[in-house]
Amino acid sequence: MQIRFQLNGKPVTVDVPPHELLSELLRDRLGLTGTHVGCDTSQCGACVVHVDGRSVKSCTTLAAALEGATVTSIEGLADGAALHPMQQAFHEKHGLQCGFCTPGMIMSSVEFAKNNPDPTPEAVRHWLEGNFCRCTGYQNIVSSVQAGAAAMHAQRKGA
Amino acid sequence: MNARTGIGASLLRKEDLRFVTGRGNYVADIQRPGMAIGVFVRSPHAHARLLSIDTTAAKAMPGVVGIYTGADLDADGVGGLPCAWPVTGKGNTPSKEPVHPALARGKVRHVGDPVAFVVADTMVQAKNAAEAVVVEYEPLPAVVGVLDALKPGATAVFDDIPDNVCVDWEVGDAAATDAAFAKAAHVARLSLVNNRLVGNPMEPRAAVAEHDPSRGSHTLWTTSQFPHIVKLLMGNFVLHLPQHKIRVVSPDVGGGFGVKQFHYAEEAVVTWAAKKALRPVKWVCERSEGFLSDAHGRDHVTEAELALDERGKFLGLRVRTIANMGGYLSTFGPNIPTNLYGLLLAGVYTTPAIYCEVKAVFTNTLPVDAYRGAGRPEATFVLERIVDVAASEMGIDKAEIRRRNMIPPDAYPYKTPVMMEYDSGDPGGCLDRALAAIDWTGFGKRRAESASRGKLRGIGLTTYIEACGLAPSRIATRLGARGGLFESATVRVHPTGDVTVLMGTHSHGQGHETTCSQIVSERLGIPPENIEVVFGDTDRVQFGLGTYGSRSAAVGGSALAKATDKVIVKGRKIAAHMLEASEEDVTFADGRFSVAGTDLSKTFQDVALMAHYPVDYPLEILEPGLEEQAFYDPVNFTFPCGAHIAEVEIDPETGVVSLVDYVAVDDVGTVINPMIVDGQIVGGIVQGVGQALFEDCVYDESSGQLLSGSFMDYCLPRADQFPQITVQTHVTPCTHNALGVKGCGEVGTIASPATVINAVVDALAHLGVNHVDMPASPNRVWRIINDAGFGQTAK
Amino acid sequence: MRTFDYVRPATLPEALSALAASPEARALGGGMSLVPALKLRLAAPSALVDLRGIPELRGIRITDDAIVIGATTTHADVAAHPAILDRLPALAALAGGIGDPQVRNCGTIGGVVANNDPSADYPAALLALGASIETSRGSHAADDFFTGMFETALAPGEIVTAIRFPIPKQAAYEKFKSPASRYALVGVFVAVTAGGVRVAVTGAASCVFRAEMIESALGERLAPESLEGLRFSTDGLNADMHADAPFRAHLIGVLARRAVSKLLATGKVN
Repeated sequence: MQIRFQLNGKPVTVDVPPHELLSELLRDRLGLTGTHVGCDTSQCGACVVHVDGRSVKSCTTLAAALEGATVTSIEGLADGAALHPMQQAFHEKHGLQCGFCTPGMIMSSVEFAKNNPDPTPEAVRHWLEGNFCRCTGYQNIVSSVQAGAAAMHAQRKGA
Repeated sequence: MNARTGIGASLLRKEDLRFVTGRGNYVADIQRPGMAIGVFVRSPHAHARLLSIDTTAAKAMPGVVGIYTGADLDADGVGGLPCAWPVTGKGNTPSKEPVHPALARGKVRHVGDPVAFVVADTMVQAKNAAEAVVVEYEPLPAVVGVLDALKPGATAVFDDIPDNVCVDWEVGDAAATDAAFAKAAHVARLSLVNNRLVGNPMEPRAAVAEHDPSRGSHTLWTTSQFPHIVKLLMGNFVLHLPQHKIRVVSPDVGGGFGVKQFHYAEEAVVTWAAKKALRPVKWVCERSEGFLSDAHGRDHVTEAELALDERGKFLGLRVRTIANMGGYLSTFGPNIPTNLYGLLLAGVYTTPAIYCEVKAVFTNTLPVDAYRGAGRPEATFVLERIVDVAASEMGIDKAEIRRRNMIPPDAYPYKTPVMMEYDSGDPGGCLDRALAAIDWTGFGKRRAESASRGKLRGIGLTTYIEACGLAPSRIATRLGARGGLFESATVRVHPTGDVTVLMGTHSHGQGHETTCSQIVSERLGIPPENIEVVFGDTDRVQFGLGTYGSRSAAVGGSALAKATDKVIVKGRKIAAHMLEASEEDVTFADGRFSVAGTDLSKTFQDVALMAHYPVDYPLEILEPGLEEQAFYDPVNFTFPCGAHIAEVEIDPETGVVSLVDYVAVDDVGTVINPMIVDGQIVGGIVQGVGQALFEDCVYDESSGQLLSGSFMDYCLPRADQFPQITVQTHVTPCTHNALGVKGCGEVGTIASPATVINAVVDALAHLGVNHVDMPASPNRVWRIINDAGFGQTAK
Repeated sequence: MRTFDYVRPATLPEALSALAASPEARALGGGMSLVPALKLRLAAPSALVDLRGIPELRGIRITDDAIVIGATTTHADVAAHPAILDRLPALAALAGGIGDPQVRNCGTIGGVVANNDPSADYPAALLALGASIETSRGSHAADDFFTGMFETALAPGEIVTAIRFPIPKQAAYEKFKSPASRYALVGVFVAVTAGGVRVAVTGAASCVFRAEMIESALGERLAPESLEGLRFSTDGLNADMHADAPFRAHLIGVLARRAVSKLLATGKVN
């Protein structure tokens, strides 16, 4: 079946089999391999992307259901060569090690930060319930999200 | 050199940019023209005779390229998966090495044992066909727990190993230990279990292989911590392919933790099938499949006894452990619960007599091998738990008993009764700092405050030492390793003075692109952005033994330092030629070759250019080019040590243990990048706390079915389960490598399980509790409290 | 996963006919349970009928005495809805504690109710609050709806359209999460309704159930102390690697007491 949706700011028209997952569509057919798959029980969050501005697990989202939707994956977050403030924060606060959970972690955090300009560590930790990291012990991820949230809102004010 | 980029600088990571933008290149991301998809048919039984495999119907299904079984591998002369580190047990008896076929032959020996490989055009087709493969099994009784495996009449996992014993190993002096116990004023005793774990790096394993018949060559992309070893083991022992026709690539790898340092059946089968099918073949492990195919970790049952004099001085330690090997030997299986365990039992203490026996046994479970820390967390757990038990029984403060027995700072190098020689360390200094950081003496107040909220608070302490920097080849081969464990590095200087570094180690989260750049930046005086670090490709990198056992900085970094030294030696020759000076008069500092006592000098870049565009070279003594390779084989292990302290709060009504504070003071030797070291230690601590409080790999004792077969039941630590962790480093440099580094990758995981359980036991000590098995789950802790008669009255 | 047809009807009648077309067709809400089951090949429907394209199934209506939540309303929308936060905060808190943020962004109340997972949270709220389940065929009382593990009173082809929650005087939910899955090992919803105290327990057994012993104790006196010393039978309780039956029985009492304390502390009486 054919679907049309916005992907990282551009219209996409693509034929999808009904059983195809958004993660499969992005990774296997659209070449956007920044979205990762780390589990098969919809828990790890490595596959998180935004659909209509909300974070969802692309491994549990049927591509067929995306007609008319707006999808943003990690590849669509930066503004050209300029990193998104959340990406920059993960870099500056050493919020990643192996990098596998990072795209989902960042996408999840961006949704959180939109509504939380100055989050406590506890609030960040609670939000990240759906994102596993095996390397960092989460500590620097928490700092990254706090810094990224502050930077996002500073940027918005400055703009 | 430069405080912002050299050794000691918290340089931000060079590798981050591709990861934060989704441009990493993991094995599962790889697409090859005409690529087919493979899936494994795996045994649903823990133990069964494999009567027949009928692939007829499955082969006829749409899109199926090929379906392969163990018989097909046999027909091609494919060998079993080798064990690289056997050990020798009592009576000079070598560990048993039963054949480990890449696809099961005759019997299946654990749930998940691969029996067939299905290759099809698409994943859906491959899965459909896999479901249509008809395998006839004759189920056999399964043996699951290590104690059951040793019972008389127990089911034998291998017919020719009727007692299920892989090796009965010992270390230390039994007679001296007996004598120590005979004169003891007090003996502390403890039985404990070190729970089985599944490493679960966030990136599941994957393999892509292709064969080029025109060249007779094979390429394997795999999620490996050591592609060169995979090339050797797979090429030489399993598939019998010529080494010069194999390329193994480990691109970006999403975490390893030891799980990816073994040569797995899937790597060999996928490589072999790509040749059979004449198509590139990709296999990507699904997470629940990973639970059934990744090597597991830990799984010990132990009895320990500590003999003390009346003042609490340790006189002797006796340890008996039964360790699970699983249904086959994984690559390093027998080495982990023996050499990497028993040799660590002295800890940071002067215990004069130690004797340890380990029986490694086969069971119908996944193979067990190294998982972050590998043997050393188990040793630390035994030792630090029984020290606490002794302290409690004798009424000695937990810090004081450790101080009383600690190896004094001036006693290094220190020979232990279990073969190790520690070169340096100051665990006492670490302890003092940790006690201060957590406010040890103020704990009573915090406990009272918790009690006012109905919570039980406990504090736990561990002082530890570990052996890493694997490994001095001379010692390793004496301990059974079938090869040396040196490391290599090449420094290739381009005509502009930019540098490419080729490392035999592999980075899968540790940030080597940054730290190796810092080493080179420091020594050659060039900025890190002018340095490219390459690893993980056997066609690009000379040779290397990979990354495990916290070896990359201590062994790989030392090789890199050595290679930069060679570059400087040659650079001095070139500069001497350019400056018409004698080589002895040329010095190198801050990126500049200078003639002593003159103002004559050439920059590193000048010399690099001259190296590639030689003018009037004395060719008989000076070759063009500026590329140097070095191999470094350490003379000893490195010995990080430290002190960790945890505080927990227990809800007596629900048994929930909350980690509320954690302080680590670690001596990891010279710190190359403090930011990265801090990240490694915090990550390691959280993994170790995972073992202590959350993670448990559980089999059904009778059927051998894995009960914790996905993240729905295997509890991976989450962000909201942790407080802010405080990490400090307390450096005594390693005395036998050029950088003074020891290693930081495993210390957190080694120290934290014992630390947290010591805190949990402390919180429950007033109920008469002297041990809690891991994980200290709510159900287990509530049961303990309830059995003590306190559960129902708690508010 | 196996192949199937996918349809996204725009109206309820279209959805009903799509479901009627094949006995193996299944309605799809947020897919948070169904899609993982499809991936693991634990379910093999012939077709998925995605209800999220039907406008009237989504949204929240507040009346004088009830909150009516459309079947495809997400947990995130329930958790953040100002009127629910004001009138029935226990329900908002329950919805805000389901799964994780991404599950809450997708998962729907109708999907949870129709699936009746024994460890899902919503069934406890429905049962304790005496909610009614509005469907394409009429209405079911919660008391008669949850009939067993993954079983409900829904007839084949019947679609949940909305859940009507009568607004209670007071309510609170306490959940003991599985440390791994974050589903309820035990969850207890306590509600003071026009018809008295109602207490529902999820996660503990094969299906959500009302805890009459707690209800009658709290009916005597609405205080956590009323539950001191009560012992719950382990008969029929679940046992798994995270919680054996005695632990679950114990948790029922602990969570019920905590829910009552929370309910009293909020001081909200409608």
